[in-house]
Amino acid sequence: MITIQGKGASTGVAIGPLYYYQRAKSTIRRYQIDDTEAEWARFKAAQEKAIEQLGELAEKARVEAGDEAAMLFETHQMMAEDMDYEEAIQAAIQEEKHNAEAAVTDTAAQFADMFATMDDPYMQARAADVKDVSNRIIGILTGVVQGGINSPVPVILAADDLAPSETVQLDKSKILGFVTEGGSGSSHTAILARTMGIPAIIGVGSQMKPEYEGREVILDGNTGNVVVEADEATKARLLLKMEEQKKQQELLNQLKGLPNETKDGHQIRVYCNIGSPDDVPAVLKNDAGGVGLFRSEFLYLNCDDYPSEEYQFEAYKKALSDMGGREVVIRTLDIGADKQIGYFNLPHEENPAMGNRALRVCLNRPEIFHTQIRALYRASAFGKLSIMFPMVTSVWEVREAKKMCDRVKKELTEEGIHFDEDVQVGIMIETPAAALVSDRLAKEVDFFSCGTNDLTQYTLACDRQNDDLGRFFNPHHLAVLRELKMVCDNAHKNGIWVGICGELGADLKLTETFLAIGIDELSVSPRAVLPLRQKIRETNVAAVKDKIIADLLSDEGAIVG
Amino acid sequence: MKSFEYTITDPVGLHARPAGVLAKEAKKYTSIISITKGEKTVDARKLMAIMGMGVKQGDTVTVTIDGPDEETVAPIIETFFKENF
Repeated sequence: MITIQGKGASTGVAIGPLYYYQRAKSTIRRYQIDDTEAEWARFKAAQEKAIEQLGELAEKARVEAGDEAAMLFETHQMMAEDMDYEEAIQAAIQEEKHNAEAAVTDTAAQFADMFATMDDPYMQARAADVKDVSNRIIGILTGVVQGGINSPVPVILAADDLAPSETVQLDKSKILGFVTEGGSGSSHTAILARTMGIPAIIGVGSQMKPEYEGREVILDGNTGNVVVEADEATKARLLLKMEEQKKQQELLNQLKGLPNETKDGHQIRVYCNIGSPDDVPAVLKNDAGGVGLFRSEFLYLNCDDYPSEEYQFEAYKKALSDMGGREVVIRTLDIGADKQIGYFNLPHEENPAMGNRALRVCLNRPEIFHTQIRALYRASAFGKLSIMFPMVTSVWEVREAKKMCDRVKKELTEEGIHFDEDVQVGIMIETPAAALVSDRLAKEVDFFSCGTNDLTQYTLACDRQNDDLGRFFNPHHLAVLRELKMVCDNAHKNGIWVGICGELGADLKLTETFLAIGIDELSVSPRAVLPLRQKIRETNVAAVKDKIIADLLSDEGAIVG
Repeated sequence: MKSFEYTITDPVGLHARPAGVLAKEAKKYTSIISITKGEKTVDARKLMAIMGMGVKQGDTVTVTIDGPDEETVAPIIETFFKENF
């Protein structure tokens, strides 16, 4: 087994024989010509033919990969008829008496050089376009057809780097995935692979060797791994991953656009947990209704010093606008305990889970909190924002946090900065204290979201990171479920909504219980959205509700307490 | 002769496709349309020369329209710049 590390440019797993892209030989004959007019006419005919082919390719690309891919070939058409390009070729033919193939080759090199030496990466990448267009004209002049895939079975296609016209002309039914030696994430191969929905791994360099041709390889576009002749265990693992992705895709085809509605007509919102604006595409791809937990810690973890208001504003704004008006619940800074950041200089604690963390840090260090709340309200003008405070235990903490929101709103009004007046403010319920006083907390906020990881750890006084405590750490414990029911009841009595954003939300064994106690929203990782939707659609709440509630309240019975 | 100044707002600058459309557009008119950045002036009909100028976001260029139909062409070209660059 040989493992090669490249860069994943399009996700997915594929398995198949490796096949090297066959390229037409690019060596051309050079000779002096006598009849310059005839040679010029020969070039003009080839140029016309190339423009015609590019027009056809543009249409093919439009159907297969969309308008953007089509535009590329339209640009190529324009390059083929560029005045300077044409004049340079004309001069080479008519004045220097070069044959058309040589004239095109030399002119292409000259223009490609001009682009390659520019200091802008976008323009540098255009060098490949000039060569691609020129190779097409040369191909027509010499009568050599561009190489394709000469294999009876579908293959993993390897190449140094594929030109856009090469990619679009390939027989798609023969390709399972791409591996290229060079290339960047924004290269045409990568873009087309993503649109086609097949894996691509780029930048493997010289690790890929021609002698691997014909051997079985597995591509994992998520990790950028190329495995040649995988051993049994690796193969089994990757095949399982491929199977899972296939299932996910099937679920998507089946369930996309359908409501999260039970058999008896009860609807529930399914949202996603994310850690940065980069996760938004996965949220949309899995058809979630919104973001139920946006962890803002990444902004702080990515910096060497406190992130500025502007930096935070841009990140929140991006997530909100990319979500296109769907709700995004952003949780304010949650550090301390297992998440430490050097520049905060938080003193070492003997018992960090019980220590200076999350909202406590924010209330103790109002200047940090102020920056974040300002960035959030400014971003609220660009989408549907909700703000959520983590690690609440008392009513006064919530009031103090809300005071900060009021202060910021007043400042922004005075400064004439636009923000959304209707931003919802909510809290996480992740301590037993918050659950027990949730009737009072409900009067202070617009929503609750239960963080079941911490709620379980604090309720059961059990460290979830301690491997020796596995059998003591039970998120299905009656105490946790009773707390959730209590929180639900208190929320609904006060007319506010309640969600779950901990890992438990995606636990399909508890979906019926959550529906029975009246949870309004479940926020889960993007890949868990569709399995959850499927489970919800199979459930009949009315039929199971009474029994589940009775079990929760019973002093003996099925649920472990 | 008519001319206007324009500051590029597109993050990629004078990139390939709109520059190509501009080149095509420029061929339709009798007037010669040229783009000047600093000391360099190029004919707007020449796609690769325009791209070769390396005009970036934030750069200001002067666009000149010179010929019998300049009165009609100038506003069309100005709108084109606003919409595409």
